[in-house]
Amino acid sequence: MTGFDLLRLKDWTDPVPPAGREVASRLPEDDEGRPPVLFVPGLGHGAWAFAEHWLPHTAGRGFPAHVLGPRPGGDLRAQVHDVVQTAASLPRRAVLVGHGVGAHVVARALARYPARAAVLVAPVLDGWAAAGSALLANPGGTLPALFGGRLRVSARQLFGSGLPAERAAEYLERIAPRPRAELLRRAVPPRPVGAPPVLVVGSPDDRVVSRKALDRAAAAYSGAPLLFPGMGHDLMLEDSWAEPIDAILDWLRKQV
Amino acid sequence: MHDSPDPGDRRDAVCVVGAGASGLTAVKNLLELGFQVDCYERETAVGGAWNWRHDRSPVYAGTHLISSRPLTEFPDFPMPDSWPDYPHHSQVLTYLERYSAHFGLGEHIWFGTEVVSAAPTGDGGWEVTTRSTGGGSSRTSRYAAVVVANGHNWDPRRPTIPGEFRGRLMHSSAYKDPAVLRGRKVLVIGGGNTGCDIAVEAAQQAGQVWHSTRRGYWYAPKYVLGRPADQVNGRLLRLRLPLRLRQWLYRRTVRLTTGDLTRFGLPAPDHQPYESHPIVNSQLPYYLGHGRITPVPDVTAFDDASVELADGRRIEPDLVITATGYRPRFEFLAPELLAADEHGRPDLHLHVFARQHPTLAVIGLLQPDSGVFPLAHWQSVAVARWLRLRLDDPARAAAVQQQESAKPLAAWSKRRVVKTDRHWFEVDHLDYLRSLESLLNEMEPAA
Ligand SMILES: Cc1cc2nc3c(=O)[nH]c(=O)nc-3n(C[C@H](O)[C@H](O)[C@H](O)COP(=O)(O)OP(=O)(O)OC[C@H]3O[C@@H](n4cnc5c(N)ncnc54)[C@H](O)[C@@H]3O)c2cc1C
Ligand SMILES: NC(=O)c1ccc[n+]([C@@H]2O[C@H](COP(=O)([O-])OP(=O)(O)OC[C@H]3O[C@@H](n4cnc5c(N)ncnc54)[C@H](OP(=O)(O)O)[C@@H]3O)[C@@H](O)[C@H]2O)c1
Repeated sequence: MTGFDLLRLKDWTDPVPPAGREVASRLPEDDEGRPPVLFVPGLGHGAWAFAEHWLPHTAGRGFPAHVLGPRPGGDLRAQVHDVVQTAASLPRRAVLVGHGVGAHVVARALARYPARAAVLVAPVLDGWAAAGSALLANPGGTLPALFGGRLRVSARQLFGSGLPAERAAEYLERIAPRPRAELLRRAVPPRPVGAPPVLVVGSPDDRVVSRKALDRAAAAYSGAPLLFPGMGHDLMLEDSWAEPIDAILDWLRKQV
Repeated sequence: MHDSPDPGDRRDAVCVVGAGASGLTAVKNLLELGFQVDCYERETAVGGAWNWRHDRSPVYAGTHLISSRPLTEFPDFPMPDSWPDYPHHSQVLTYLERYSAHFGLGEHIWFGTEVVSAAPTGDGGWEVTTRSTGGGSSRTSRYAAVVVANGHNWDPRRPTIPGEFRGRLMHSSAYKDPAVLRGRKVLVIGGGNTGCDIAVEAAQQAGQVWHSTRRGYWYAPKYVLGRPADQVNGRLLRLRLPLRLRQWLYRRTVRLTTGDLTRFGLPAPDHQPYESHPIVNSQLPYYLGHGRITPVPDVTAFDDASVELADGRRIEPDLVITATGYRPRFEFLAPELLAADEHGRPDLHLHVFARQHPTLAVIGLLQPDSGVFPLAHWQSVAVARWLRLRLDDPARAAAVQQQESAKPLAAWSKRRVVKTDRHWFEVDHLDYLRSLESLLNEMEPAA
């Protein structure tokens, strides 16, 4: 993990231009002073992916819950900027929860904002490895993208077998991944500021992020991943979506 | 407090003096490294200078930042990107209030409480005496360390001008509202950012305006090439252009934009660009050009209703505002603790660490060519990590201290600046941050 980041010439001379940000929120009935949770969706997923189950569930368990829709066409730097801007706009130190490439964004945002805690769900920190897995699982949909064409994902890649086919099809309809070349590298997560507790969550049966990649991500934060066998990459959309989010919130309660 | 034998003994806790921008970031970063913190603030709210209701605030109704937003905000808590490039002082206060609330700093701050003395106990600790602001009984507590963040823009540096003046004479610290200028004949003394701002407000409000400066300056506009000037300057730094070349570019840019100000009667600068604290004001040349501001040289004497100038001229203002800056003042510390000179200017390692007292530090006591907050943040990180290292690994701490004191004079302190009182703590923000970075890396646990 890299050291301190004092000289931010890029940000000082060429700040990310502001953009309207889409934030959906669900607040608990009573404010018990718990930290707000900010969800960050991954590649091609909009705010809806969390609004479906995890957002209301998190609010139901007493945490103010927010999800940030990605800015259209935004590169990694702009996405990190948006996460930090949104987190800083909340009344208290926020917990950042990112999924897939959104977890990569969160990992970077942690170097720019002292989060209360962070959760990386099926994190895509290693773009090459993820592309490799995608090639294996769905060569026809992936190969064109490596040459600048459209990326098409399949249900098999994102969901476990438990999700009814028509629901999977409905979700796929809304997922429009436009990967940028900058994702195609193995990112060493920068050192988080404020030493937040970081949890890595995933599934050994994820066809985008391998078990090894999960172990590596967790090791970068000196931990082991919390695993949910049988689930696909999109843990928050699966039929068994409640298990991982309950485990995450249980963990969170112990941290804060 | 209940587990310590003496209610006044705060053991490993750190005392922070002041809850302005510097004090707040000190509290936040100390908490982040696990310290207990008591912060004392003589006012009843946070914000320091930026809370213009505070009786010592130097900020006036029309104040906007001169450093642009990205160079002003704390590095880990950005200002909203929907804010203007140069926010108003009320926004800066809102920002500091939100910072305090976001990180839960309020519960560690004792408001309306002034630190009246801090003295070393001989074993590395401190005895801090506090009192309700404006009187009341005092109370003494023991702390492991003291972090001073009392600001340096509140004690007016008043010029000594011989003679008596019949009109109204005030220092800029008392200037709040342009209403006092309305219809008056105003003389503003001082060519710092305050003097220039007030001269411009006077040009908009007063009947007649004289602006007295004792030398020529480089007046930077707020925008160059469509971007905030400090961001454009940052691009030159990013390209690592040598100082000479940057100075040449600066002169060229000024010639092509603002133009030659000696045409309006201002003296030519007696120094190169980057050799004095930046003045950022786009409107001053504008009002000079409109004849609304008459530049005049230094004031030599008052004589009843008139003011005598260095060139022998006499003018008759009815209001004189001395915008001659501020002096550092640490009335609760014996001067030798900070190795202060006869003007009360401390001599500290990196402008932060007391050389003889490893548990005494000062935050925000410097004047950069950028915003102060980022520097105050990293100073606080360095102080918190230093105090942590002393506790966790005293041997390493001693080694770091030796290494630091053996370092040759760093670039930021070798800067060529105009020899004037106010430049003693002028720093180049990049060079300065590099020095802090090197200290932070030295304090890292060995891999
Ligand atoms: C007109 C003006 C405009 C400026 N514009 C900019 C700008 O554009 N960008 C920029 O970065 N900086 C600017 N500055 C510099 C400004 O001083 C800093 O931004 C910032 O306010 C420094 O914060 P501080 O916490 O160090 O000091 P302060 O804001 O002065 O806070 C010190 C606090 O300590 C408290 N205190 C003092 N003594 C005691 C005591 N004995 N016991 C308890 N409490 C005590 C005070 O009440 C105060 O709240 C400007 C300054 C002025 C005068
Ligand atoms: N809008 C803003 O954001 C803003 C506004 C105001 C101030 N500030 C900041 O606040 C700080 C203080 O600024 P300031 O303008 O109040 O003070 P300052 O920077 O210290 O400037 C004082 C001015 O008065 C002159 N002066 C000092 N003593 C004098 C004397 N005896 N006789 C004649 N002239 C004398 C100085 O001349 P010399 O050149 O000879 O020293 C200088 O021009 C600075 O860091 C400044 O950048 C920011």
